[in-house]
Amino acid sequence: MTPQEIIETLRSRFGDAILEAKTEGVIDPFVKVSPLSLKEISHFLRDDEKTLFDVLMCLSGMDYTGGKLGVVYHLHSTSLDHKIVLKTEVTAESPHAASVESVWKTANWHEREAFDLFGIVFDGHPDLRRILLPDDWEGHPLRKDYAVPEFYNGMKVPY
Amino acid sequence: MGLLDQKFENGNVLITSMDGLLNWARLSSIWGMQFGLACCAIEMMATGASHYDLDRFGTFFRGTPRQSDVMIVAGTVTLKMASRIKTLYDQMSEPRYVISMGSCSNCGGPYWEHGYHVLKGVDRIIPVDVYVPGCPPRPEALMEGLLKLQEKIRHESLAKKPAA
Repeated sequence: MTPQEIIETLRSRFGDAILEAKTEGVIDPFVKVSPLSLKEISHFLRDDEKTLFDVLMCLSGMDYTGGKLGVVYHLHSTSLDHKIVLKTEVTAESPHAASVESVWKTANWHEREAFDLFGIVFDGHPDLRRILLPDDWEGHPLRKDYAVPEFYNGMKVPY
Repeated sequence: MGLLDQKFENGNVLITSMDGLLNWARLSSIWGMQFGLACCAIEMMATGASHYDLDRFGTFFRGTPRQSDVMIVAGTVTLKMASRIKTLYDQMSEPRYVISMGSCSNCGGPYWEHGYHVLKGVDRIIPVDVYVPGCPPRPEALMEGLLKLQEKIRHESLAKKPAA
């Protein structure tokens, strides 16, 4: 299926949960969905026989400045050989998104990384804790408004 | 045995000072603790391999700090790893030495400016004896660092305590 057909399948099924879709002028055609409908859409994309997205290639956190965070999912179907990108947007005050760990197991560690570096909380994740930074680190470094701490456990951090 | 074979002329009697003997014994068999953290570990492995052999200096890598004389800190020291490095250094028995290999453990390396997770130089937590610059240092550079450490040990004295 071409990206346009995938988007139309989604739109006919989910209607107003699809906020935005773009196929022209971008490297990867993407679909922007609301964070609450994410789990349902992920189940559909994995199980429906016309889309069959069985591989989550990558899950990345994003910081669109202005108090908005986001998550970007790159999906690939090994049997039907097509790709699509899924995007959601959450606010920095309440950064909650649905976890797709029950849909694609790859998301387990990728969501832990997004939580560690951006602070996005994935509801329904079985084991959401820091993965790269030490467990007692304060703050989420990849946010644009992050300030490097002066000391960590008695060690001076800046040069 | 380059150091001693010219002295065995008068019926196998060797006269030296206690310092000289102890220092010679210590510098000729510096057992290193393998502590490869990042890319410098590859160069350390290359130095220990057959082409640039470290075994001919009496060095071979021990897995435990209890049995080693020198800790070669090879690679980036993150803040998460730093507490473990301090624990391992405290577990080494004296006389113990530290060779800091590569830019990352010397001063933070390429992460000095934006690395929020990197300890800018391992000498912020443990005392370092020899710094080997490079990113990564060539095997010959690491061997020169080891030879410099041997020079340092050669001039030690039982009368003075080594700097902690």
